[in-house]
Amino acid sequence: MSTTTLNPTADGTAGAEVDTGTALRFITCGSVDDGKSTLIGRLLVDSKTVLQDQLAGVQRGGETDLALLTDGLSAEREQGITIDVAYRYFSTASRKFIIGDAPGHEQYTRNMVTAASSADAAVVLVDATKLPWASQVDEGEVVKRELLPQTRRHTLLAHLLRVQSIVFAINKLDAVPDAALALERISDALNTFAEAAGVEVTATVPISALKGWNVATRHADWCGYEGPSLLEVLEGLPVTRRDEAVPFAFPVQWVEKFSGSADTSRGRRVFWGRVASGHVEPGQRISILPSGQTATVAQVLDHARNPKVVHAGHSAGIVLDREVDVSRGDWLLAPDAFEPAREITATVAWLDDEPLVPGRVYWALQGHRWVKAKVARVVDRLNINTLEAEEAQQLDPNAIGDVVLALQQPLAVRPFTESRALGSMVLVDTASHRTAAAVLVR
Amino acid sequence: MNARTEPELLSPPMHSPARLSNTHLDALEEETIFILREVAASFERPTLLFSGGKDSLVLLKCAEKAFGAGRLPYPLLMIDTGHNFPEVTDFRDQRARELGAELIVRSVEDSMKRGTVRLAHPLESRNVHQSVTLLEAIEEFRFDALIGGARRDEEKARAKERIFSHRDSFGQWQPKDQRPELWTLFNTRLAPGEHFRVFPISNWTELDVWQYIERENIALPSIYYTHKREVVERRGLLVPVTELTPPRDGEQIEVRDVRFRTVGDITCTCPVESLAADAGDVVIETLAADVSERGATRMDDKTSEASMEKRKKDGYF
Repeated sequence: MSTTTLNPTADGTAGAEVDTGTALRFITCGSVDDGKSTLIGRLLVDSKTVLQDQLAGVQRGGETDLALLTDGLSAEREQGITIDVAYRYFSTASRKFIIGDAPGHEQYTRNMVTAASSADAAVVLVDATKLPWASQVDEGEVVKRELLPQTRRHTLLAHLLRVQSIVFAINKLDAVPDAALALERISDALNTFAEAAGVEVTATVPISALKGWNVATRHADWCGYEGPSLLEVLEGLPVTRRDEAVPFAFPVQWVEKFSGSADTSRGRRVFWGRVASGHVEPGQRISILPSGQTATVAQVLDHARNPKVVHAGHSAGIVLDREVDVSRGDWLLAPDAFEPAREITATVAWLDDEPLVPGRVYWALQGHRWVKAKVARVVDRLNINTLEAEEAQQLDPNAIGDVVLALQQPLAVRPFTESRALGSMVLVDTASHRTAAAVLVR
Repeated sequence: MNARTEPELLSPPMHSPARLSNTHLDALEEETIFILREVAASFERPTLLFSGGKDSLVLLKCAEKAFGAGRLPYPLLMIDTGHNFPEVTDFRDQRARELGAELIVRSVEDSMKRGTVRLAHPLESRNVHQSVTLLEAIEEFRFDALIGGARRDEEKARAKERIFSHRDSFGQWQPKDQRPELWTLFNTRLAPGEHFRVFPISNWTELDVWQYIERENIALPSIYYTHKREVVERRGLLVPVTELTPPRDGEQIEVRDVRFRTVGDITCTCPVESLAADAGDVVIETLAADVSERGATRMDDKTSEASMEKRKKDGYF
């Protein structure tokens, strides 16, 4: 059917490059009570990851409550809700998975963002019973088909954070009178929303997490869907592509000194960190931010100290050809490839309970560098229902908006859409030390 | 393959990938090393909690790769309940010597002498009281980061914890109010008296740990592998017979072939029946296991559904 598509490689390249040796990190998100914890419980049970004693621990009144497998905090079990992300691990015959079960309540959006920031894929659950699709609709009548705000918010956040694959799972279709009609209409609404928001949908799968339909195994002859099960979709998804197209950039994490070494022919320190973009090999020229000095790479070690060429996303130890002034937080950069900026415009996902206000100074962390950042102004706020940019004076908790930040020291940045590592920061409240925002450079 | 492994264990069940994924282990190792270096760089007085158990030995192997042999930039800390298996404490001391690392041991018995720990009865498990001694050690050395070998797959409360997990000035975890942890931009800012617990092997599973031990040829205390031991059966667990855990009336002492999956405090750690003589055998058994690591071995976790969360809130590791 036309509303259901499976396109594991959103960029149109061949699907053969899926490296199933690497675990797929995915999150389940969506509105509260849409069945996220039950879905994960189902995946764990059907992949036989749940062990006997764990299954015995979630019996309530003779019934198995799958959601209790992941709701690990006593407050969560008391309230029957998910507060923070639970990470779970399971494997099938062909793939290892790390799941982050994200909470649905708007109040806990920060925890969803935490889970999404390291995810290769997001499964957005949509509860078919909460929406008016199954109700009788008169011929020709225009029905306003609003998705729940958290469905929109989580989809937008996953998209903004560049989660590579976004999969909609339409849940509880076993509990509506006309599953085929509900599937068609909900798929329409999701696709309309996704298109307007610029979100590429990898797949849409109708499921019943409670009954296990189309979760691990296909449920034949149901609601007109003939595609793969959710687990089959996940097994074929790629891990996040590295930002290798951007020139070399490397934030210095830790400086290792060899003060006892008698060899003075070159730098006696190793600069450790993770390559943010491009790659590094001996002979390469680099410039140092902020000192502006230049040097040549004499030796490159991998994370475990073996000589190697290291690519974006991997840890490296770099020895330079001479003694230069480099400390933690500095960047080694391809010469002339970056123009450090003192003022940046960024999309901010605001996570703190205190609102973001213009004029306030925060700590900003980019790579391993902490700088003070002052909110020069709030440009606008995204209305998650209309997708319009609205005028705003401040950003309230869980809001998404654009701001201008004035930085105490210039930073080499790139748009987040080009480089995750160069385009991302966190803001930290200088008084409470709480992590207040995810910052995505525009 | 070990000749004594039971034949039915040799064909792994359908649901798990039997083959070793080096890509996966390399990715886990790299993540762990990144975190170990981050701690070395961003804290003033970090320490690595080292029990001599398999998870902390995996951590040490990663630390050796991160910093080079003999160049560990932080001391090792062990909280000794006085009820540890001698094979494990001996191994701990030997390993610390080999690494040339500073080993700090603080004991629950000293806390009892100071009166900061009081047992309800002499045979009460001291496991939970480790928290007090640990917090005393943190105060004594003013540690600002404690690296531990806890894994998220062990237990439901641990499944919720951040990699850099903030502790307030009472050493308490606030599970309902954890700091967001975005990408690998770790917010390590602290107020005086606060500290972090850092879990570099959060994303490893029990199987990953054993496959890594096999691949890297990591030596473990002997009780991790099969040996003959006097045990009694109690509530579905095999309880080792020791001076601290004598048999109760009516219980039959038997000698069984067992190994330990975890090696905590003697009073609350039970072995499982096994003939696994090396890490490869254990990998095969782990693939076939149908009871979780803590479920099979820990009496203390059975107390209540949320017992780990409660202990963690109180400062437990």
